[in-house]
Amino acid sequence: MINAIGREIPAHVEGYGKVTPFAGAFATEPDMPRRAPAVKWARPGAAKLATGLEEVFRAIPVRDGMTLSFHHHFRNGDGVVNLVLATAAKLGLKDLKVAASSIFPVHAPLVEHFKAGVVTALDTNYMSGPVAEAVSRGALAKPVILRTHGGRARAIECGQLKIDVAFIAAPSADEYGNVNGIAGPTACGSLGYAYPDAEYADKVVAVTDNLAAYPLTPVSIPQTRVDYVVKVDKIGDPKGIVSGTTRITKDPVQLKIADTAAKVVQASGLLKNGFSFQTGAGGASLAVAHFVRQMMVAGGITGSFALGGITGYLVAMLEEGLFEKIIDVQGFDLEAVRSLAANPNHVEVGAGFYANPFNSGCVVNMLDCVILGATEIDTAFNVNVVTGSDGMIMGGSGGHSDAAAGAKLTVVVANLLRGRLPIIMDKVLTATTPGETVDVLVTERGVAVNPRRGDLKEKLAAAGLPLKEIGELKRLAEAIAGVPQPVKLGDRTVALVEYRDGTVIDAVRQVVR
Amino acid sequence: MSLDKPAQAGTLESSDIMVTVAPVPPGSGIAIELESNVLAQYGDAIRRVITETLVAYGVADAAVRAVDRGALDCTIRARVAAALARAGAARQGGCGR
Repeated sequence: MINAIGREIPAHVEGYGKVTPFAGAFATEPDMPRRAPAVKWARPGAAKLATGLEEVFRAIPVRDGMTLSFHHHFRNGDGVVNLVLATAAKLGLKDLKVAASSIFPVHAPLVEHFKAGVVTALDTNYMSGPVAEAVSRGALAKPVILRTHGGRARAIECGQLKIDVAFIAAPSADEYGNVNGIAGPTACGSLGYAYPDAEYADKVVAVTDNLAAYPLTPVSIPQTRVDYVVKVDKIGDPKGIVSGTTRITKDPVQLKIADTAAKVVQASGLLKNGFSFQTGAGGASLAVAHFVRQMMVAGGITGSFALGGITGYLVAMLEEGLFEKIIDVQGFDLEAVRSLAANPNHVEVGAGFYANPFNSGCVVNMLDCVILGATEIDTAFNVNVVTGSDGMIMGGSGGHSDAAAGAKLTVVVANLLRGRLPIIMDKVLTATTPGETVDVLVTERGVAVNPRRGDLKEKLAAAGLPLKEIGELKRLAEAIAGVPQPVKLGDRTVALVEYRDGTVIDAVRQVVR
Repeated sequence: MSLDKPAQAGTLESSDIMVTVAPVPPGSGIAIELESNVLAQYGDAIRRVITETLVAYGVADAAVRAVDRGALDCTIRARVAAALARAGAARQGGCGR
């Protein structure tokens, strides 16, 4: 069937069920109660501390076909997913579903677990590296479900993603299951993406290499939800978890794009006292924060909050008084960890609070402006951040669609050409974030405003920004690079791209080359 | 026009192409071995530009190996021309005319 943005999607998917087509960013309303996990209890005197994962697997017990969940604050330094799945393989378990908020190159052993039938289903918000390539080539019979960060929280809370056992990668934990992310060799800061897992899973296991004295405070994941605590030698590699400092790009093209994007933000009229802002850590995105910071200093502007993945750059803005608060679902560097531990105005929140569309209001709804990247964008402003231009999965929405939907101003920053590849297409290979939630595209050769935002176009024109139609930018890129041939893909669906509301916005087809 | 010896031009930097040309017996024709990070989207276009450039220089027989990192057509032409010059095609009067 065809959804509201013209994407061909299957009507029914094995292991997923009936597909609800995407109908518009705010068109599908919830009609279900929240899921209630099993009620648990702990007798006084009963210990939660286990000697190893095998003991926990037997005690729960973990059975064939169960769903095991993981969060991704350790990014490419994570050791917990591999440790847990190696235990599952050793115990001869089969047909497990892995529900991980993201998958990174470090998770390559998962490919062997696919082949051996230990893991036969995957549910995630982002994946890159060998697992993503294996999935693209058809390693799993059941399509992977790709969600947004807010959509994953929704699916857990509203009962579409039932978790049997949640494994919490715990930088610090006490013996009775209180967990936080601010201390220990794998300190990663916020544990926000693990909140829904801990709250809604039937069983919760904290895996730590840093056992703290009871009671551990502050509490991010509480003892009231944690059933077992396992101490292992090492739960991750700090080098892959946080960087020392996140630096602004030196690429002159990206700096030009960022400078222009900051001028777009200023011209929109939103950059005034109370301004709220989200930006990513990569490429031009963080550089936009650099230029916005200068404008805020020059104009004596104090923002209300910065949101999202938090970098040292945003921490510096908090400490300079340019923002009143930081709302943090994930930290990217050591500065973010330090600030979360020390500054009461730096607040840790869960994935649902951050971006679940089906609660009484998540934080992205309060955003003035978000700066986002794109692998491809089409002339209807739909954005692809899931597949590379060759069809291989190399990412996922993460919070992209969530922040785009919530913010008053959504700016996509992108080089007009990535290598030789034009970034603007007639139709993106995989729609991830719908064009109706994207307001402006900023490239090094001009700024395109979504025709839905005539009001904004007038303001940007008045400010003298170099406006062009998006089709004009596309032709400009193609005049330089040539028109790319369409990529041939197989018929088989290897992943479903779920929009944040649980409808399906696109399907990813198998790479057959 | 035939080539004297194998020769190379270009680098493996992003947006460049490394082109190696080598002589083959007369009548062998043009054989292109292409590696590219944009093979799916531009493979045919890159082969076409390489072939057109060889033909423009009067080279009918050559073994070409190209490792492309997303070079634009103008870069591809320049690297092929440079490799041909180094291989002796220019000395024989094919270059640029």
